[in-house]
Amino acid sequence: METTDIIEVVDLEHTFGEVEAVRGISFAVKKGEIFSFLGPNGAGKSTTINILITLLPLQKGRVRVAGHDVAREPRKVREVIGIVFQEEVLDRDLTVWETMEFHGRIYGIPRDERRRRIEDLLAVVELDARRNERTKNLSGGMKRRLQIARGLLTRPEVLFLDEPTLGLDPQTRMRIWDYIRQVNESGTTIFMTTHYMEEADMLSDRISIMDHGRIVISGTPDELKNTLGEDVVYLETGDDSGAREFLLGMEEVRSITGSPRGLSVAISADGSHALPRIIDRLREAGIEIVSVNLKKPTMDDVFVHYTGRELRDGGG
Amino acid sequence: MAWEFLTVYWREMIRFVRFRTQLFSSLLQPALWMGFFGIAMSSNLDRFTSSIPVPAGVVQVDYLTFMAAGVIAMTTLFTSLYGGMSLLFDKNWGLMREMLASPMPRTHIMLGVSLSGMTKSFIQAGIIMVFGLVLGVRFFHGFSVARIAFSVIGVFAFLGLFSLGFLLFSSNISMRLESPEGLQGIMTLLSLPLFFVSNALYPIQAFPPFLQVLSAYNPLTHLVTGIRYFALGNDFFAVGARYTITTGDVLTSFAYLAVFAAVMYLLARRAFERAVVA
Repeated sequence: METTDIIEVVDLEHTFGEVEAVRGISFAVKKGEIFSFLGPNGAGKSTTINILITLLPLQKGRVRVAGHDVAREPRKVREVIGIVFQEEVLDRDLTVWETMEFHGRIYGIPRDERRRRIEDLLAVVELDARRNERTKNLSGGMKRRLQIARGLLTRPEVLFLDEPTLGLDPQTRMRIWDYIRQVNESGTTIFMTTHYMEEADMLSDRISIMDHGRIVISGTPDELKNTLGEDVVYLETGDDSGAREFLLGMEEVRSITGSPRGLSVAISADGSHALPRIIDRLREAGIEIVSVNLKKPTMDDVFVHYTGRELRDGGG
Repeated sequence: MAWEFLTVYWREMIRFVRFRTQLFSSLLQPALWMGFFGIAMSSNLDRFTSSIPVPAGVVQVDYLTFMAAGVIAMTTLFTSLYGGMSLLFDKNWGLMREMLASPMPRTHIMLGVSLSGMTKSFIQAGIIMVFGLVLGVRFFHGFSVARIAFSVIGVFAFLGLFSLGFLLFSSNISMRLESPEGLQGIMTLLSLPLFFVSNALYPIQAFPPFLQVLSAYNPLTHLVTGIRYFALGNDFFAVGARYTITTGDVLTSFAYLAVFAAVMYLLARRAFERAVVA
């Protein structure tokens, strides 16, 4: 079965005066997937998202969300998307229930349907006991859960999540990952940004990394990590120089660097497959293995590899 | 017909009721004007003007009663000028993004905010009238019950149009600004000339010609004319001047305020449609 693209971005460009925030990007998000959009601050991510959610006018390029052109039918787009903003976007003086009620009403959901959905969603995010609490009295995690519930109230086809777990404790983050997976399993496409690379790695079907207004790489988390091709095996042996000689003869081994604590063996193929062969080879040669450690590149490595190490200023 | 503006209105009113300091200060301030400034001024002015002969058959109106119409108008002006403030809070708290990214037409945001500002003005005007009557303001003096009812409706119709115009103006400015302090500055700068170059506290008949022309274009003057016509009658004598207000005068003032509100609506709508809050 062919999957359809629910978000299509073609040659998108956007400038603020002299600043070229987005310099011609194209990408597509498939219906039903979790898509992560990553990049350092100032890379052009927020500009792109703001165009997708119709808060910024389209300057150049073509953007379609759920089959609607953002420039020609912004209202149609607004009807089918849900947004969970990065910053705390809650009216401090409204209660949990009123926050949901307000959102449901401005989206024109009929009363009975609205109440039923609010009940359901507050139960899902475990806030039903807090329904009459003003939002200013909620903890950071509760506020985030409320915002997620609000984003889901309209049963969106695409849910935009901007830094969904920023500043939350590990327990709350895991809970929110569960919600995100649940929502995705029920058919909602997720478009997410995050600075937590392990979050993107764990949740996403596909990832695009943006930097300096351009998309530098796209793919599944595994594809991205494999592009680095730098699985490293750390070895301590009874005879490091002997081991080095044997291993350099193996075709999977790209290079070996030594240190007083052992050898770092850079592997050109998948390290988890190369490791047993390395161990076999050393055993055949009668070299004692003291310790073995395999390190695969993380999304952090991928991110830094493609976006460099220098610090970025300004909001993204 | 879409009714989403009622949702914005509902939320604004919740805020009004829950934001206690704002609620109390907005209700107390007009009462203070009446209680202190009004009584102090009227005890002085009535002493001077009592020596001026009143034309035969014309009703003499004391200063407190004369001024009460001005205080209602002034309170409405100030409340309306600051009415856009909540939009700035919405912007600063990111709540504007929620509304702008929703399918709700943007005009509904300004309509909801304006309608709630109008409601607040009505509440304030009602308080001043009741409190004024307690202090001795002689509104609707000698009117029949039917005429009182008609007059109250007339006063509120004027208040409604006037506040709508200034609320839309304030909303428009707020959409273009970044901070509440900016709005505060602009509105303080505007409120005093509007207030002083009007007939709210004194007759404009004695103004220099230049100020007389200015005051004739001042919406506040037209509001005060409307309130006095309905609350005091069409021919009365106050602060040494005779006021005759014809039906034509009142209709002209009403039309002036209607045009003012319509222009403000069009300008505000443009500002909202073009607004980018990212």
